[in-house]
Amino acid sequence: MTAMELLELARGPALWASLAVLLAGSLWRVVAILRLGTTPDLSEPRSTRLLGGAMRGIVARMVPMKEFRSRTALGFWNGYVYHVGLAVIVFGYLPHIQFVERLTGLAWPRLPDPVVYIFVGLTFVSLFIALMERLTDPVRRLLSGFDDYFSWFVVVLPLVTGMIAINQSYASGAAPPPPLDPLPLAIHLLSVELLFLWLPFGKLAHAFLVFASRGITGAALTRKGAAL
Amino acid sequence: MSTPTSQSARAVLDSIKAPDASRAAREFVAQAGRDAAFQLEACVHCGQCADACHFHLVSRDPRHTPIYKLRPMLKAYEREAAPFASLKKLLGLAPPQLTAEELHEWSELVYDSCNLCGRCTLVCPMGIDIAGLVRRAREAMVAGGFAPADLYKASERALETGSPIGVRWPALKRQIELQEQDTGLQVPVDAEGAEYMVILSSIEIMSFPETIGALARIFRQAGATWTIPSAGFEATNVGVQIGSRDVAAQLLARVVDAAERLHVKCVISPECGHAYSALRWEGPNLLGRRYAFEVVQIDELLDRFVREGRLRLRGKDARRLTFHDPCQLVRRGGLNEAPRRLMDGVSANHVEMPAAGAANFCCGGGGGVSAIHRAEGLRFAAFECKKQQVEATGAEALVTACANCRNVLEEAIDHAGMTLPVLGLTELVAQYLEPETRAA
Repeated sequence: MTAMELLELARGPALWASLAVLLAGSLWRVVAILRLGTTPDLSEPRSTRLLGGAMRGIVARMVPMKEFRSRTALGFWNGYVYHVGLAVIVFGYLPHIQFVERLTGLAWPRLPDPVVYIFVGLTFVSLFIALMERLTDPVRRLLSGFDDYFSWFVVVLPLVTGMIAINQSYASGAAPPPPLDPLPLAIHLLSVELLFLWLPFGKLAHAFLVFASRGITGAALTRKGAAL
Repeated sequence: MSTPTSQSARAVLDSIKAPDASRAAREFVAQAGRDAAFQLEACVHCGQCADACHFHLVSRDPRHTPIYKLRPMLKAYEREAAPFASLKKLLGLAPPQLTAEELHEWSELVYDSCNLCGRCTLVCPMGIDIAGLVRRAREAMVAGGFAPADLYKASERALETGSPIGVRWPALKRQIELQEQDTGLQVPVDAEGAEYMVILSSIEIMSFPETIGALARIFRQAGATWTIPSAGFEATNVGVQIGSRDVAAQLLARVVDAAERLHVKCVISPECGHAYSALRWEGPNLLGRRYAFEVVQIDELLDRFVREGRLRLRGKDARRLTFHDPCQLVRRGGLNEAPRRLMDGVSANHVEMPAAGAANFCCGGGGGVSAIHRAEGLRFAAFECKKQQVEATGAEALVTACANCRNVLEEAIDHAGMTLPVLGLTELVAQYLEPETRAA
């Protein structure tokens, strides 16, 4: 298989297959949990604004209560850095916007490349700190397993492959960029597709499970009139 | 005649005679319903809950990380009921079956080092109700026969005598008589149609019986009718602590039967955190029906009476006082404001601890831990967090609204070589009631 054929595979069937797995796997995971069922709470509620409580629960946990901030500061801020960084890279970088536009027709304003590159650097450092914390902190090390490390790997891999793809496109400095070598781009796309494939099955599914988890607790504590 | 509930409650107690990991595993799976499953699956292993748990903060043992205490439940769920369980089994990727050795090890984590205080729930960035899940995990531990022997014994005593420490009606009757002599007020027993039915914890009856006299004075000034039932007077519910819905329902049914027999409008949950949780929040779900009466915690009622002008306070305690928040009343029960308003009503120098209110530290004895003998050392160690909070206030006395907290705090204060009186809020309010003007 030539590099161009690999790129065609990555842009075509592999992309659609990974997106299908992402969507079907995520749906399966949510529906399977929903099917476990629940029983109505018969206790007399102190508040019946449960939907509002769920929404407040989702928002409230974006920032730790002040009583916990000093102890959780590194994990909290570092988490924000790589989550925001990834969002900036995915949604602010012109080639990504163009890629989405080609697939869906949707486009939005880009961020300047230097801004995105700063976030790439920050995200790298931040993800490295997250890994170091996981490896060195006795609590995180005890809690962590294959899922945690593999999830970290599939998030970092597109960053690495993306940097390699960018690097070769800027190799000639101020001169007009040469045509992209299809191989690094194909590998970058395949690494993103690996992330899509893994997301519904591992810890990365917190991307959607977080809303259910926070919402359930938010509603339950609101029902009791307790602090969120 | 024994009801099906009492038979199943008895079966729970018999489970300790033949611990069975597969029985525990089945119950772990049964406990992982929709809401629990969403939460078990959402954990990203950030470990922030460890920094909220007083047991971990003092021991630095990573096994005391709250979410880690749920590992057997997670394993059983992932093996049998999680969305991709069948696929994982097929590929040989499912977690192995739980073993008895594993569950014996986890007994210490699920019981001795967890007060169900819910501080971990409050810090979790994923919003996982870890304390609620540990409460569910205990259902499986007790069903499998892996709960601490002390809690089985307490459950057995509670089913037999009505009280986890064996307090029967004659003992309460004697305390009532003594309080009637002290106060000169009558304490109504089994009065049908009273507005309020008061239930008590065994600790209050035996260690703080002045509470009964305080209640008599409070209800007299408020002009409310009240009663104590001679059967179904025990508020504590060891079934909730050990984690057996069968035992809990059996004990709770006695209180509900008494309330319905006496046709009261309202049952007053006493100064006992888990009793409130059991009666107010878990009770209707344990019994499978709504109550025909209201449940109000005593300090909630006192606050209501004061605000309605039915209780009139006079004078204030001049000492520097601080309030210890019982976890099940405040953090898990939503009663943050009422005790504070009462404190301000009776204290001229009420100072709050750092992290007062919802984020306050547990006394260390909640969730049945104070009844587990083998956990005593860890409980005293965990008191260090509370001690630092209290010392930061410079308080001359500690006030709380839970008899179990009060007992545990007194023990821990003594053990730590401190001298600090621990007061009950209800008694404190009764102490500052405006004296009754006697009719000529």
